[in-house]
Amino acid sequence: MSAQTSERFVDAVEIRGANPLRDPRDRRLPRVAGPSGLVIFGVTGDLSRKKLMPAVYDLANRGLLPPGFSLVGFARRDWEDQDFAQVVHDAVREHARTPFREEVWTQLAEGMRFVPGDFDDDGAFEQLRSAVEELDAYRGTSGNFAFYLSVPPKFFPKVVRQLKKHGLADAPEGSWRRAVIEKPFGHDLASARELNAVVHEVFDPEQVFRIDHYLGKETVQNILALRFANQMYEPVWNRSFVDHVQITMAEDIGIGGRAGYYDGIGSARDVIQNHLLQLLALTAMEEPIAFDAESLLTEKLKVLRSVRLPEDLGAHTVRGQYAPGWQGGELVPGYLQEEGIAPTSRTDTYAAIKLEVDNRRWAGVPFYLRTGKRLGRRVTEIAVVFQRAPHSPFDTTATEELGENAVVIRVQPDEGMTVRFGSKVPGTSMEIRDVSMDFAYGESFTESSPEAYERLILDVLLGDANLFPRHQEVEESWRILDPIEEHWERHGGPAQYRSGTWGPEEADEMLIRDGRSWRRP
Amino acid sequence: MKIDLTDTTASKINKALVQGRRAIGTPAVGMVLTMVIVTDEENAYDSLKAAEEASHEHPSRTLVVIKRHARTPRDRTRSHLDAEVRVGADAGTGETVVLRLYGDVADHADSVVLPLLLPDAPVVVWWPVNAPEVPSKDPLGALAQRRITDLYAVENPMAVLEQRVVSYAPGDTDLAWTRLTPWRSMLAAALDQAHTEITSAAVESEAENPSAELLARWLQVRLRAPVERVVTAGPVVTGVRLGTEKGEIVIDRPEGPLATLALPGQPARTLALKVRPMSELIAEELRRLDADEMYAVALRGERTRETAPHV
Repeated sequence: MSAQTSERFVDAVEIRGANPLRDPRDRRLPRVAGPSGLVIFGVTGDLSRKKLMPAVYDLANRGLLPPGFSLVGFARRDWEDQDFAQVVHDAVREHARTPFREEVWTQLAEGMRFVPGDFDDDGAFEQLRSAVEELDAYRGTSGNFAFYLSVPPKFFPKVVRQLKKHGLADAPEGSWRRAVIEKPFGHDLASARELNAVVHEVFDPEQVFRIDHYLGKETVQNILALRFANQMYEPVWNRSFVDHVQITMAEDIGIGGRAGYYDGIGSARDVIQNHLLQLLALTAMEEPIAFDAESLLTEKLKVLRSVRLPEDLGAHTVRGQYAPGWQGGELVPGYLQEEGIAPTSRTDTYAAIKLEVDNRRWAGVPFYLRTGKRLGRRVTEIAVVFQRAPHSPFDTTATEELGENAVVIRVQPDEGMTVRFGSKVPGTSMEIRDVSMDFAYGESFTESSPEAYERLILDVLLGDANLFPRHQEVEESWRILDPIEEHWERHGGPAQYRSGTWGPEEADEMLIRDGRSWRRP
Repeated sequence: MKIDLTDTTASKINKALVQGRRAIGTPAVGMVLTMVIVTDEENAYDSLKAAEEASHEHPSRTLVVIKRHARTPRDRTRSHLDAEVRVGADAGTGETVVLRLYGDVADHADSVVLPLLLPDAPVVVWWPVNAPEVPSKDPLGALAQRRITDLYAVENPMAVLEQRVVSYAPGDTDLAWTRLTPWRSMLAAALDQAHTEITSAAVESEAENPSAELLARWLQVRLRAPVERVVTAGPVVTGVRLGTEKGEIVIDRPEGPLATLALPGQPARTLALKVRPMSELIAEELRRLDADEMYAVALRGERTRETAPHV
């Protein structure tokens, strides 16, 4: 073998203390989180049972959690560790994406702890601290903990202050403490600032991870790959070629049991402020200088800051409320008939707004954002609609049925991308019609296409903030939405639309005024 | 949908593929690679099944090349090609063509495979058994970016492993290496927690296990510490011990999917480390189609020697 020694790929592990078994060239080894634990507040809630616990299990099942990973639940229940493990077990059985494996479960269950108590209860937080210390000593979590606040925002101040008071927010030397929070991040600019101030008082802004689960989706990450890893899209991705952009997030469900949360908030605050403006930012932003959190933030902020509202808000924004109707073969009640909703409620369940991005790339290109409940079907997509060809050698009858070219990124369901363009219809006459070319994530039903929460929890544990909106973005988004909400507050009420349709007529009229029309997603 | 073609050619098979897609109404499919499986009749079924399961993650056109040896001398001279074209539900998420080659054409399988490769898409060749001595020089292997062999499927793995060291070309990979990924991942994670220098190492496995040998070589190169190989009753790799000043780091998997991890000064904890089925190994192989440099590093490491267990 000595003859080959010279060409052996041995390279020195230069950094002292670096793990000799890791190497950037070794791309089979998955990104496994370092030693760490996750503490979930509000562990008995729906989100925790349906999304977080299954995601933790799925991560473990895929071998992405470190040995000794620990999960601590905190809630006002009279439970022992075993009871908590049982709850997690049931949640995993019911909701996990990957098959249940006894051995993975055993590995995970050993690190489960439960701390019963109230957010006011100093004793409970003391107990939490000793649980954390015990896990450091016996499970090797090395002082690294993420605190997931799966609780209503009104409890945030209490929880983070308790964490600080009991020394849980202070990371020992060489380790980290992170806070994970869920939307809503306030209900307007002022409340968002207040909330950020409270959290940042205790946690360093870099250590606060705001979950926008849309950003964890493969297709959303793929927007960046599509735009910046390819050559063929970017040259036409600007005002010279793009006519307008439509970003849609439609749900077919009503508000369900969320009346208490939803009423008074409405669809614009619930969806446009976070998800749709994030999608807009990713679609419209310039190329970041690197694929890291700082560079992405810089570019997204630039776009959000250049967003301009239309002058006549009445003519270019629409809100609606679903009325009773037949949806997909089922008779459903209207919003005002939902349980827990006052018959005089003016909360919007549908919102459509027109925005412009005032920079060299996009000046004059409208971005239409719409979202709604009880619409035709559940779909989220970004459609970049191109201008018509400036000149056509074909006579008008030949291109009568030809629409505009479009690139459609389907975020969910049926993740993928469609390119729509004109093609000659086979036959003797020249006739051109729209066809579409489709790319689908064929892997959508396999182990390797992870749920958004899996990706995001793993990123929190790895400290990778690429897919998390920062507080500046949240505040910037509120700055965009606040004037619209104020306008709606002062003028009129929501238009009614029949459930199962694609929103109120006023929304169609809003686009007709601009000489355009909504896509049927 | 299945179309059987006897005494056929590659261009007729291409036609049948188009016809099959038309008939089921999906003229365009987003297949990302062509998978060529070179096998004998005996292993064809299991290999194809694994490839079809893997195609859920990597939609692909799968070409199964089966070289048949006719029984009578008369048939042996008659060279012909039979094909079975499967599209739609019968072929995972992609398309499958099973090619049976008789007589002289069996020595020119590349002439049949070449016209059936997807345009532009990467090609992977997998030999579940009977891999050629120099995979990259094999006519079919030369068509591929990635060549998958399996040291578990040879008579004398240690001798073949030495041969692989000599014949290695970028793009070669072996399932004996793929099988180690969970082990390597857990060892790396264990070292993330124990910031200390490793002074010695031992890999425990059944005798003549090629994965254990590759693991030992990899550890030796990376840790720059002597690595011992200890023979146990198996199955496959049963444990790894890393010696440090403070004590031993041990991952022990005597049997079954549950392993235990012991770090110095900490109580033992359990780990899930199961032996993965073939379909998962193939899916992992297809995730990256560039050269696996770390495999080359491990392959070219110093040979280690098996010793009896210390009692």
